[in-house]
Amino acid sequence: MNIKEIQVPSFLRRAFNGRNAIISIPYLWLLFLFLFPFIIVLKISLAQPVIAMPPYTDLLKWGESWWPTIQASLDSYLFLFSDSLYIHAYLSSLKIAIISTILTLIIGYSIAYSVARAPTRWRGILLMLVILPFWTSFLIRVYAWIGILKTEGLLNLALTTIGIIDKPLIIMNTDLAVYIGIVYSYLPFMILPLYANLEKMDMSLLEAAADLGCRPLKTFWTVTIPLSLPGILAGCFLVFIPVMGEFVIPDLLGGSQTLMIGKVLWGEFFYNRDWPVASAVAIILLAILVVPIMFYQKSQEKAIS
Amino acid sequence: MKIKVKSLLITSALACSAQIAVAEEKVVHVYNWSDYIDEQVNTDFTAATGIKVIYDVFDSNEVLEAKLLAGGSGYDVVVPSAGFLARQIQAGVFQKLDKSKLTNIGNMWDVVEKRVEQYGPLNEYSVNWMWGTTGLGYNEGKINERMENAPVTSLAMVFDPDVVSKFADCGVHLLNAPTEIIPAALAYIGEDPSTTDAEVLKKAEGVLEKVRPYIQKFHSSQYIDSLANGDVCLVVGWSGDIFMAQYNAWEADNGVEIVYAIPDEGALMWFDQLAIPKDAPHPDNAHQYINWTMEPEQIATATNYVWYANGNLASQPLLDEELFNDPAVYPTPEILEGLYTVPTYDAATQRVVTRLWTKITTGY
Repeated sequence: MNIKEIQVPSFLRRAFNGRNAIISIPYLWLLFLFLFPFIIVLKISLAQPVIAMPPYTDLLKWGESWWPTIQASLDSYLFLFSDSLYIHAYLSSLKIAIISTILTLIIGYSIAYSVARAPTRWRGILLMLVILPFWTSFLIRVYAWIGILKTEGLLNLALTTIGIIDKPLIIMNTDLAVYIGIVYSYLPFMILPLYANLEKMDMSLLEAAADLGCRPLKTFWTVTIPLSLPGILAGCFLVFIPVMGEFVIPDLLGGSQTLMIGKVLWGEFFYNRDWPVASAVAIILLAILVVPIMFYQKSQEKAIS
Repeated sequence: MKIKVKSLLITSALACSAQIAVAEEKVVHVYNWSDYIDEQVNTDFTAATGIKVIYDVFDSNEVLEAKLLAGGSGYDVVVPSAGFLARQIQAGVFQKLDKSKLTNIGNMWDVVEKRVEQYGPLNEYSVNWMWGTTGLGYNEGKINERMENAPVTSLAMVFDPDVVSKFADCGVHLLNAPTEIIPAALAYIGEDPSTTDAEVLKKAEGVLEKVRPYIQKFHSSQYIDSLANGDVCLVVGWSGDIFMAQYNAWEADNGVEIVYAIPDEGALMWFDQLAIPKDAPHPDNAHQYINWTMEPEQIATATNYVWYANGNLASQPLLDEELFNDPAVYPTPEILEGLYTVPTYDAATQRVVTRLWTKITTGY
């Protein structure tokens, strides 16, 4: 037998070399855990609700012929625009996400900055303290806030005992409680990328600024902040994107007037049993989030080049 | 002889494996409401039958329904409320019960069975676990402090702006369940709470809109704790949950006195029914479990523990006297007369109700 005969065609060989195999892992991951679920949600959003198991129509109808007919409808999407509730909910989520991202950035930046400037032997411990709460379940930590913020809770008890207030503050079940919960829960996501960035910062640049007579505050605004911009962006996106669709925190800490798209989606899915409309809400949320993600992607590319 | 023994062994081995193929694994997966049973009932079931009970809990019909409609939930026994059950039967979620396996079915109470029948052919698919009412729960001390002679047995407590505004500062919660609160609002203004007419349903908005500023939260389970430790003072909630708050406050000895009242305007009567999904992996065990809950001693143990009335007539002599004589748990025939049920809404009406609810709760 001739050796040449059993050789694999060259394009297949190229496709299965080690480098490609490694690169293909994240792509397969995205394919199975992002693209397929997305297609399923998209498919449901184009169907109609029915009382059945599952509670929506099939997109493909197998009739007489050997190919199926497609029965897609855009009703669910049109419905979202026919009622101002959904627009309000998207805008309200956007507002909550922007405000909490800014708050998280201010608090997170000061923490990350102080940790990065702390003596080296302390940094590990300080960083540990930031990550430590992650060891407890997210839900339990949110529940703990109920105990702190409620009318007869720890905060009010402490303040009335000291004598700062004589009537308990109503914080629980308001938007303020939602902001506190969000800022608390997402703070580590802001601190970690900021710290990674600030810690690597070249201190000689700051010394140079000082040598040239720049005051510390001005150095901070004109040197430190611009240099830490990639960290700020990464932190902001890590906070902004999940907060936009947040459901648990507004449900547990917020009042009835807290309108967020996550809660509206829940209502469509569970109260109305309208899976197609719920899916349409999710698809549009994704479309809204793709814009900042692409913006981030662009800025990353610029940073690399 | 040797051969004979061998063949005997083979046949018995075959018989054994056949037995294994027919008999189910000794386990039953039960999905019931939270805080709704005395665990002893499950422990004793396992002791009596050798079937292990894997007991999971939920706190809203909606969550249960989403799991059932998606299919393959893996549960053998689930406990939806009657209105939800009726729709789920329509969707083809459940199997008919095999009454020949339910030897205790004669213990059930026809009064409850007749009311359940109003939703559809529910008795073919389910038996009653417990039932109750949706009414007013309040903190006696805080209410008296804020209003003398408050109309505590009237829905005016929550639906009259002049009254409810007095309690806004001590916390008013309503169930986050449109199918419970909207009928109550209709009963308050003298409309038929059982209506499915969208135009009539919309009248509830007028009632709720006026009291909306005084309501701190719409939530279906937080009030149990909040009522018990004094964080809220007035709720519209489920009877047994309010009794649980009452008990927790009494146990904590924190000076909070919780009272439950069935409103004079009538109250929603609801039924939680044991049923078996079509795709239940252990239907045989499920029947045995349901039959076990129909033993008067078993359901009486559960009722004495959670303070919800049950649909088992034979269990009534075994109940705590205090509980059985409490008209808030077992209403007198006159009160029973005033209790209403709400039928299952069709999809269009349901959408009207949900949209109405979003408008009421969020203002949009």
